[in-house]
Parts: sequence; structure tokens; C-alpha cells
Amino acid sequence: MLVIGERLSIISKRVREAIQMRDKLPIQQIAFEQWQAGAHMIEANIGPAEEDGERLMEWMVTTIQEAVPLPVSLDTTNPKAMEAGLRVHNNQWGKPLINSTSLDPDRFIMFELAAKYNAPVIALTVGKRGLPANAEERVEIAVQLIEKASEFGISLEDIYLDPLVMQISTSQSQAKEVLRAIRLFQELNDPPMKTVVGLSNLSNGCPKHIRPIINRYYLALLMYEGVSAAIVNPAEVIEVIKTINVITGKTLYAHSYLEI
Amino acid sequence: MSFIIPKEIYTGRIPEIVFGKDKIARLGGETALPMHFFEGDFPNKPLIAFEIQDTKPEDYPQELAKIYSSVWDDPIRWARFCEALGAKAITVRLMSIHPDSKDSKPEEVADRLRKFLTEVDLPLIILGSNHIEKDAEVLPVVADVSRGYNCIVGKAQEGNYKTIAASAMAAGHSLIAMSELDVNLAKQLNILITQIGFPKEKIIIDPMCSALGYGFEYTYSVMERIRIAGLVQQDSMLCSPLFADVGFYVWKTKEAQASEEDVPQWGSLYERSFMWEAITACSFLLSGAELIVMRHPDAIRVTERFIDDLFSLRQ
Repeated sequence: MLVIGERLSIISKRVREAIQMRDKLPIQQIAFEQWQAGAHMIEANIGPAEEDGERLMEWMVTTIQEAVPLPVSLDTTNPKAMEAGLRVHNNQWGKPLINSTSLDPDRFIMFELAAKYNAPVIALTVGKRGLPANAEERVEIAVQLIEKASEFGISLEDIYLDPLVMQISTSQSQAKEVLRAIRLFQELNDPPMKTVVGLSNLSNGCPKHIRPIINRYYLALLMYEGVSAAIVNPAEVIEVIKTINVITGKTLYAHSYLEI
Repeated sequence: MSFIIPKEIYTGRIPEIVFGKDKIARLGGETALPMHFFEGDFPNKPLIAFEIQDTKPEDYPQELAKIYSSVWDDPIRWARFCEALGAKAITVRLMSIHPDSKDSKPEEVADRLRKFLTEVDLPLIILGSNHIEKDAEVLPVVADVSRGYNCIVGKAQEGNYKTIAASAMAAGHSLIAMSELDVNLAKQLNILITQIGFPKEKIIIDPMCSALGYGFEYTYSVMERIRIAGLVQQDSMLCSPLFADVGFYVWKTKEAQASEEDVPQWGSLYERSFMWEAITACSFLLSGAELIVMRHPDAIRVTERFIDDLFSLRQ
């Protein structure tokens, strides 16, 4: 499973301040910590970035890649900022990931960028009617997303379908629907469609001390359903990932499996 | 429409081991399953090392005695004899240190090895006596004496890897890590050895050998699983060259020893015994062995011929 480190997000106060000050050190330190903890990719979430988005995304991507030999997942709704990030991304360690597009026509430009830069893209299963109510609705939207992507000439293996993990504290029944959606998405193609989740949204709004517990158990279930990528705090979930990989036979057991 | 061979895509590369000082030998370095020349690079052929011992062997049967009895009192003469037979590398097994043999002290072995190293310039593999405690006592001294000669030393096992691996690392040698016929244990031992700082790319895995007819298929299948894990499943801890201690196991078997009088229906003892070793070795080549230790020169000749024939297909 592809592990995408979530910690470089504009939502975090420490990150926001570093961005405002253009202070590389905290950004690079967080990137480095996530790499050490097992991340395969670093998410750079700069939000809408309406002002100066292009220069900001360029700065984030180069700052991260100066510190770690990993590709970057670019998270912004600003297409210009997205393109700027794709342009400066160093592909030596892998392709960048576009986070994200959806059925919202304003976001179709992300498909265009994915085609232009030959980059994989996260497709959120958000429909015209807003948030999906169950797994079946998610699948319906996913089918439309796949068709849309094909119009732009994007190959199916470059699409990561995101079923949208919701808050357990307010939308408890959705947790199970997302698990079902992960399974159903894969059946839309052979080889199976790729899937991704933003894990920690599940525990958003929960007391701080139980958040990691909820996240960890949920990730185990998601992995069992076959999720291909997850945006996570790597240090929080790496033991889960290693253990589930052993239980499902993806890695070979050895007594010290947690140490490698 | 022409037929296109479906190709597996591999993510790993077996590290290349280069050893020896004046003369060097290479093994490993490939990027595909054994002999899948159409799928990857095979920079080196598997290597056969002639086995000699540091003391007159107690258990060499008749067919080996015929060849080596005139030289086996003196390891230097024995090694030179092997070189004359075409040896590309020598394995010295320190049988004298075993408590049931001469229980030689580390200093005695060190003195003899110092002399040996000045007289023999073939790439060298130095093996203990497979006695956990005694190997742990002697091999570090031996590793230090041979510092600079860029040898392969072994075998490090679960019970003694710390001292053996640490001394091999300090002296710059490669290391043979032996576990008992279990892919999980092989992985665990490699993790433990790398955790003390030993470089992963200098480890050779010995999954514990066996002879044809005597558990051969256990070793074969563990080797297969290790190689698949290392090359196909991206398991870096199992992406290592494989070692097969063939001669040691084959020459204990009944087939390599029983006289023609006792079992006339088995035919010539000479052919039967060396072919038992050759067939065991050739079979392990197919499961991925890159370094094989053998005893009978005719068995080695047959095995090397087999390697050359197969490698003539290398693109």
C-alpha cells in the first residue's frame, strides 16, 4: 500500500506559520520525519491558495524534495498552483500525484493536467448532488469519473478513486459504506481500479486521545478490503500497515518484522 | 503472428559479491530468477569453490581419498593441487577446531592461516566447524588474521552471529548466514545481522543444504521461496546470493560410499558417487544457488560444464 504522509497541511498551525514565513526548516523536518516513519510520498496541502498559489506550490515541492527523495502529492484547488507544482516536481523518485479532481466541472482541469504531465490523479466520488449516501452511489459516481478520465486520455491505472471518508462522530454509517465502496471500486476494472483514502478525516472531531485508535483500526479494515493508497500520519499507522501486510501474506513474516 | 514470451518484471537485484585479493572471484548481481536469461541481467556465472580442510579429514570416503590422500596432510599443498585441477576459489573448512576433532585453539588456527594466506592466492572462503560456541571463539580471530584478503567467512547462525558478523565487518569480509531450512528464519537472521551494522549487500544466505535423496527438496524449495521473495516481492532482507554446501552433505550419503561388492546393482562407485554430487549441485543451480562448495573434481567438472552450457543461452 502506498503511504502518503499527510502532515504538511495548511490546516496545521506549525505548517501554516512556516509557509507564511517561507521557513524551510520546519517543512523539511516534517517531511523527513514522515519519510523516516515509512512514507512513500509526501502530501503538500496548500488549500485554495488563491494568492500567490503558483510560487507557494513551487516552494513547497522544491523544499520537500530538497529534504527527502520522495515524490509529492499536490493538494490544492488552484489549477495554476497545481500546474506550477507539477512543473517543478523532480520525477527522479516517482511521479507526482494530483489531489484531486471530481465530477465538479470546475475540477475537470485537473484531468487535463494529469494528461499533460502524465501524472496519476485522485478522483473524489463527489457527485452533482453533493456527498454520496452509500457505496452504490459512490460506485455510480466512480463510473462517471472513469468515463470522464478516459475522455482526457488518462489510463485507468493512473486514477485513484477516493470514496471520501467521513467523520465517524457525525456520519457513523458512512464508515461501513466506504469499506464496501473500496471493494466495489476494484471490481470496476481488471486489473482492479486503484483506491485511496484520507484516513484521519474519520476521527476528525473526536477526542484527541482516541483519534489514533480509530484511525488504526479503520486502516486495518481498509487494507483488508484492498485499499491501494492512504493519506496518513505514517508514524501513527506504520505498525498497522506492517502487521496487516504480514497477516495478508504481502510480506514475509520474521520476528523482527516491525523493525524493518 | 509471432509468439512473444511473457516476461516477469522484477524489482530487485541480487547484490554482487566480489572476493579475493590477488585473484578475485565474483558471484551474484542478477536481476531475474535463475537462468531466466530472457528476463534480466546475469553478469556472473554461479561459482564453484573446491573444499579443503585444515586437518586430515576423518570422514572422506574412498573415492575422495583416492584423489586427495596424498595432499590432505598439508592444506597448502591441498589448495595448490585444487588450483592445478582448475579451482577458481577455495573453501577452507576449519574442522580441526571442532571439540570432537582436535579442538584446536584460535591461536593455532591463526598461525596456520597466516602461512596459508601467504602461500595461496586464490579467493578464499573460510568456514568454521558448525559448532556454535567454538565457531564464535575461532572465527573472529580468523577474520582478523585474514583482514585485507577480502574473504567470505561463515557460518553465522542465530546462536553466534553477533561475534562472527561484527568481526567479519571489522575485517571487511563477506559473510555466510545460515538458518535451518526456513524462509522466515532466514529473513530474521538477516535482519538481526544488518541491525548490528553489517552491510546487507555482503551477506550470503545459506538456507542449510542437503543431498539428493536426503531432504534435497526442502533446501530446494526454501531457496526458491527466498529468491522469489527477494526478486519479485521486494523483500530486501531476502535479496541475497545463495550458498549451497553440497560436498559436505553428499559425501555422507550411502550412495557416495557403499562399495560395489555390497550393492552390485548400483554400478560403479566412482561414477555413482561423483555424479551424486554433480546432480545435487546442478539441481541447486536451478533453485538459485550462486556459490557452491564441492569436493570431487569430476563432479565440479560436470557442474561447470552444465553452467557453461546454460550460460551459452545468456543474451
